[in-house]
Amino acid sequence: MSTVNPTDTHHDHHDHHHGPVTLADGVWPWMKRWIGTTNHKDLGTLYLIFSFVMLFIGGLMSLVIRAELFAPGIQFVDPGFYNEMITLHALVMIFGGVMPGFVGLANWMVPMMIGCSDLALPRVNNWGFWILPFAFTMLLGTLFLSGGGPASGWTMYPPLVMQTGNALPLMVFAIHLAGISSITGAINIVVTILNMRAPDMPLLKMPLFVWTWLITAYLLIAVMPVLAGAVTMILTDHFFGTTFFDAAGGGDPVLFQHIFWFFGHPEVYIMILPAFGIVSTIIPAFARKPLFGHDSMVYAVASIAFLSFIVWAHHMFTVGMPVSAELFFMFATMLIAVPTGVKVFNWVATMWRGSMTFETPMLFALGFVVLFTIGGFSGLMLALTPVDFQYHDSYFVVAHFHYVLVPGAIFSIIAAIYYWIPKWTGTMYNEKLGQFHFWWSAIWINVLFFPQHFLGLAGMPRRIPDYATQFTDFNVISSIGALMFFLGQFVFIYNMIMCMRRSGKKATGRVWEGARGLEWTVASPAPYHTFETPPKIDPRELA
Amino acid sequence: MNKISILSRSGLAALGALAVSPAHAAWTLNMNEGVTDLTSKVFGLHMLIFWICVVIGIGVFGAMLYSVIVHRKSRGFEASHFHESTVVEIAWTIVPFIILIAVAIPAAGTLLQIEDSSNPDMTIRVTGHQWLWEYDYVDSNVHFFSRLDRDSDQARQRNSGIDPNTVDNYLRNVDNPMVVPVDTKVRLLLSASDVIHSWWVPELGGKKDAIPGYINDMWFQANETGVYRGQCAELCGRGHAFMPIVVKVVSQSDYDNWVREQGGNPNADSDLATGQPGTNEADAQAQTSADESATAGDATEARTNDGSTNNEQAAEDSIVGTGEQDDQGGDNADSEAAEASPDRGSPQVPDPEEEDQSSSENSQDSEGQQDDSAAAEGEMSRDELMSQGEQVYGNLCAACHQPDGSGMPAAGFPAMKGSAVATGDINTHIGQILNGKGAMPPYKGTLDDTQIAAVVTYERNAFGNDTGDVVQPSQVAAQR
Repeated sequence: MSTVNPTDTHHDHHDHHHGPVTLADGVWPWMKRWIGTTNHKDLGTLYLIFSFVMLFIGGLMSLVIRAELFAPGIQFVDPGFYNEMITLHALVMIFGGVMPGFVGLANWMVPMMIGCSDLALPRVNNWGFWILPFAFTMLLGTLFLSGGGPASGWTMYPPLVMQTGNALPLMVFAIHLAGISSITGAINIVVTILNMRAPDMPLLKMPLFVWTWLITAYLLIAVMPVLAGAVTMILTDHFFGTTFFDAAGGGDPVLFQHIFWFFGHPEVYIMILPAFGIVSTIIPAFARKPLFGHDSMVYAVASIAFLSFIVWAHHMFTVGMPVSAELFFMFATMLIAVPTGVKVFNWVATMWRGSMTFETPMLFALGFVVLFTIGGFSGLMLALTPVDFQYHDSYFVVAHFHYVLVPGAIFSIIAAIYYWIPKWTGTMYNEKLGQFHFWWSAIWINVLFFPQHFLGLAGMPRRIPDYATQFTDFNVISSIGALMFFLGQFVFIYNMIMCMRRSGKKATGRVWEGARGLEWTVASPAPYHTFETPPKIDPRELA
Repeated sequence: MNKISILSRSGLAALGALAVSPAHAAWTLNMNEGVTDLTSKVFGLHMLIFWICVVIGIGVFGAMLYSVIVHRKSRGFEASHFHESTVVEIAWTIVPFIILIAVAIPAAGTLLQIEDSSNPDMTIRVTGHQWLWEYDYVDSNVHFFSRLDRDSDQARQRNSGIDPNTVDNYLRNVDNPMVVPVDTKVRLLLSASDVIHSWWVPELGGKKDAIPGYINDMWFQANETGVYRGQCAELCGRGHAFMPIVVKVVSQSDYDNWVREQGGNPNADSDLATGQPGTNEADAQAQTSADESATAGDATEARTNDGSTNNEQAAEDSIVGTGEQDDQGGDNADSEAAEASPDRGSPQVPDPEEEDQSSSENSQDSEGQQDDSAAAEGEMSRDELMSQGEQVYGNLCAACHQPDGSGMPAAGFPAMKGSAVATGDINTHIGQILNGKGAMPPYKGTLDDTQIAAVVTYERNAFGNDTGDVVQPSQVAAQR
């Protein structure tokens, strides 16, 4: 596929004027390279490494939670510290793990998929990344303050959040910083996609990963400022005597929930739309058959994004809204099932009469389709307001959103890494370990989260460190699943480190027999600079 | 891959199979059908949407599984190249839409019934506090607090050495349960004094949030007598797991007896309300209570006045509703009390006499209940006060003032250690706990004399304060 201008693909490890500085050039120059880099591939790598550090920290917190829930009674941690764990687990996983993970993938892949040399605003890109370590150092540092970290749940509902001690301003500023990082990343992606596509790539011919990220970026730009506003109002309520959310001063505690979920529901899709894009890229590659209904997938994603703005109050059916509002939000929420269903049907139709092989990325993508769909089913059940009155704030909800986030969003990130890491490093991962990693994860994730449906239906509320004894058995099973799932991830980390150390089979440029797209037309590993002049595109690479 | 689909489907099937078999205590898989008409309807909706999901799941995962088994390269299957069909896309947009409408119609009907709390037979004000519930029977002038029972409370302490399995209804038992009559439409008016709580007893219906500044309403009508248990469902701080709810549904006559024992007036049924001995006494109490609530109401006006119009309407409905019943009973004093009650915003100072009476009677009719108020009459030893005080401090004060009494000066929470209040005048110290100061809430409604005496004693002797003072419950009672 020699459609690329040969001058783009040259890479010479000995040419320090054009190639990246390596550790062999000295530690300080090497550090300066990573701190100052404006290269989308370097920043993609940094984002992904950051994301995995955060997923690891958040995972450790979840193990603290599951350890305390292993048996009734309080064994390990004080209930206050338990609340800090659930709060920080969520904030770290959402803002530190999943979102930067997807931004990292976008950094690496969007320019290579649309045939441009880098993101439109490389310095902003650098800044957007380097905010994050500071934000999360600040957030996690609150654990060491007197009074401990934030303990009001990641939803930060007032008045409870007002009882946070010294951690409150630090949490608010950490969220501001993470939000700024997300917004800069999103603007960068929108500008790049709309202005820097190769000349032969019209919008509707873009790969679905690029499409889902374009829509996600708009969601980010729309809602991150809303979150920033909400937490700023908490800050002024706490320190400057305003009473936005304080009933005693004429404010309204429920107002915060409306603002928060106006951010929070699109946020849910921010964490799943790029996953849709990844799965829509991987399944056709391993089914050796084009994606079924590419355009309808785009329309479905756009409809989901639109609907995500008008369903927020289904997170708060129990606050006592007028019945007309409850009806509206129930109907609007149920509607989301339609475009989501279209996507699942399209994936199955893509597989149908394909010629499938089951390498690790495909396994994770198929695991995603099944387990995300189960999370979607429980989501549909939760949409029914009268029944939600029972499900709400119970472990049924915990099971639901973990099904869409762990075997949903996180499986898709893992699938994407297995799929693209041969392109990034020029080295194939160990397929046997990859297969083991998938089966191990797929089994234990169900042991971990499936019993939580039963706990919720039996009446166990979420966010409690101790429970009535009838909930013991399923909690034991769930805790075992959590530990085993966590341990299995070390296999993945080992496998990826081996790739990064170039220890393994050399990858070809195409890597996968059925892979289509511009990224596969360059050498593996991808040269430090790709597509410095626009490629001429073979129509077969287009969606 | 196929293994997961099988796993997940058999999981769903198992859930379905057990849905129809009797629930086993420890391995309950499905939602409880509950004891009201509406919980049955909700359960029906739950099963309807569940089976729809199962059927769709079997279709989608079945097709996927077939494709994964048959359409694989290792079997030499050649890939087709079809990749779009407008007809198919439209079909699988329209069909789910129709299914959704079929579910939405009964769901909307049930929702409208759930939200119709008009014409209740009785009304109870429920106020959530960190971390206990307050129940105020608007029609019959019964009022009490309900907190985690002592056995669970001891077992739940970290490293208590008590096995929770040996405690009856661990974390699901309270000192004073809510008691309501069977076959009666009971409306709850929910609010909170500090943070948001949520009242949830699964067998009686869904949950509803208790929010400071709001009055929410919900209702239930239990069809069977029995004891139903639940707990707070909205994260409300470190004691969130420890504020259970117990509702005893009893026959009407048992309920009336219970109300009389509580010193209230069972006027919900006009036949029983008139001509019973004790009615006059109850009237007198109702009058006192009404006077008190007028004062309490003023103090908390800011809290109650900003509820939405709907909520105010709900409160007004309650006045009208009870007023009508009172007319039948011909009892004006009660109607005054009922009118005053909905305006109360925050915990009441319990009438000491009423409290004494009710709690001593409680201890007679139910086992294992603690009688704090009776203990308040006697002198307590320093050790007793210190150990109880440490517990109260740990639960309520430590969040701001810190377990070691060092406070959080940067956030405006002063240190206890060497503080002017905790080492100065005893009455000022008691007064501040009773009435609150600045960000600190008043505890006169939520703590009894013993608890306040204990925590004051603790604060004056812990953290190196060593004043040697011992404060007795009677000193606290004198300051109320």
